[in-house]
Amino acid sequence: MASRLPGDVIPSASNAPVPEGQAPPEAAVVVTGVRRRFGDHTVLDGLDLTIGAGEFVAMLGHSGSGKSTLLRALAGLDPEVTGSVLVPPQRAVVFQHPRLLPWKRVLANVIFNLREPDARQRGYAALEEVGLASHARAWPATLSGGEAQRVALARALVRRPHLLLLDEPFGALDALTRIKMYALLKRLCHRYRPAVLLVTHDVDEAILLADRVVVLQGGRISLDLPVTLPTPRSRSEAGFTALRARLLSALGVEERVGDADPRDASQGDAALQAADPTDGVDSSGARSWSAVADSPEVSR
Amino acid sequence: MTTLDSRVTTPVGSLAASREPRPSPPTTLIEVAGPSRPTKRVLLPRWLRKLYGPVALLLLWWSTSATGLLDPDLFPPPGAVVGATTDLIADGELFLHVWASIQRVLYGLLFGVLGGTVLAVLSGLTRIGEDLLDSTMQILKAVPNYALTPLLIMWMGIGEEPKILLIALGVGIAIYINTYSAIRGVDNALVEAATTLGASRAALIWHVILPGSLPGFLVGLRLALSGAWLSLIFAETINTTEGIGYLMTRAQNLLQSEVSVLILVIYAVIGMISYAFVRFLERRLLAWRPGFQGT
Ligand SMILES: Nc1ncnc2c1ncn2[C@@H]1O[C@H](COP(=O)(O)OP(=O)(O)O)[C@@H](O)[C@H]1O
Ligand SMILES: [Mg+2]
Repeated sequence: MASRLPGDVIPSASNAPVPEGQAPPEAAVVVTGVRRRFGDHTVLDGLDLTIGAGEFVAMLGHSGSGKSTLLRALAGLDPEVTGSVLVPPQRAVVFQHPRLLPWKRVLANVIFNLREPDARQRGYAALEEVGLASHARAWPATLSGGEAQRVALARALVRRPHLLLLDEPFGALDALTRIKMYALLKRLCHRYRPAVLLVTHDVDEAILLADRVVVLQGGRISLDLPVTLPTPRSRSEAGFTALRARLLSALGVEERVGDADPRDASQGDAALQAADPTDGVDSSGARSWSAVADSPEVSR
Repeated sequence: MTTLDSRVTTPVGSLAASREPRPSPPTTLIEVAGPSRPTKRVLLPRWLRKLYGPVALLLLWWSTSATGLLDPDLFPPPGAVVGATTDLIADGELFLHVWASIQRVLYGLLFGVLGGTVLAVLSGLTRIGEDLLDSTMQILKAVPNYALTPLLIMWMGIGEEPKILLIALGVGIAIYINTYSAIRGVDNALVEAATTLGASRAALIWHVILPGSLPGFLVGLRLALSGAWLSLIFAETINTTEGIGYLMTRAQNLLQSEVSVLILVIYAVIGMISYAFVRFLERRLLAWRPGFQGT
């Protein structure tokens, strides 16, 4: 399955030891005993996680459970985590907001900091893959949310990362755009085979996309499930619904809540999704976190 | 591969039908877009339409002078001002004085912009720079810089140096204050994103922080330019026989009201040119900003 071996796994946390050759050869991420506290609030509490090369892992968790904290540690953005974090040197991150540099045109954003002589051609090819080659000379401010996020995806993939970190990359997109982005992401991941960690609060999204779903709770991985459903997947399959129920109960969320009319309940799946609490509840929490993360005061 | 989000297709009509009162239809509909609302036709280009106000003012001046409504001893008619102007142009005086002033302002801008930018970058990017510079600059900002005139004269004499320094100080402070706060205000999310793309510190400064603070720098430049001409007036009260300020003082002493009005016009024209220059820079440098057309 893995098309390459990221044998050059390097420690991300500055204080982590460098265990030569300790990482299994097929692993892209080896996290052991990672801790992170903010004041006396322990967010990550001795977390362990291994991601295989080319493996697509989705991480679920309540808002505030530490998903972004872990992802930032893997991205090398958090010098204060303790424990051992081994990641490949070639990593790329897509955040919930595209974070394109507004003063660089789309193509320049995609190839930002690439030093290869053929960077422009590669950037252009990456834009073609996300269907935005015609926007190469556009300013980011003129793009729609979905387009900007596709540029962010192109910017990540043009670097041929061994590890792709996605922090709720579809959280700010509308439902229709999101569905198209799922297909695009799957197609691109299939082609380049990076190891992927997709952080999300959307159970359906996790099951649709991932080879494996983990649940982050109490600062650790509380559940680690392989997704054995055949691809392409659909929300209406029996196996899908069973897996969703299992994950929701692991998250301690009762799916049949709210004022669903008995008449609506008879419509089965449709009513379930209409009352799906994960979308509304968690996304607002995620937004408020991202305000913390995006504010310039916090980490300066 | 996936189904549409069912919220899109869930029927909701049946709920409203039985229990809710029917919504009453609005009595009239108004058209906010459509064929009977033709888009306004623009007859003249924008820059020309911007001259409406000044031209109206000129006409008012001319007509009130012609009808005697405006006392020519208190406010000279346009003809007298034009006459005084042609005289000053003919003997080369006008050019001499305006050019002397422009040179002072250009030097003041050069040193002020350079100094202000360098200090803003130092204190925006380094802790020690901030500790050393920021409160000093904030204090300097609170001092009206022409209050420094006597000290500058004592230190530097009455040559060009104190004049240029006075202008440079005002420019430098305006540039510093705005550029510094713009550097501090650069979106940290962008800095982080660039970091994950492997940007070095130099690349971060050059590609993220400096472009991100450019709008603030340009605000500073705009303030600096208008401030520079203001400082010039004070600078040219320091002993000189050249410059618009000298011309102004002389006109005041000789009760030449035409020349005084001419000087008002010169300041106005210079102000407009400075403004146009900054707008030009903004249009060139900030084309990326959302909705920025650059009027
Ligand atoms: N820079 C920070 N300072 C203080 N607390 C933080 C900071 N970043 C995150 N936290 C806290 O850590 C917890 C986990 O945050 P986060 O990882 O963003 O959660 P998630 O991404 O799962 O929603 C939250 O309680 C949040 O308040
Ligand atoms: Mg988060």
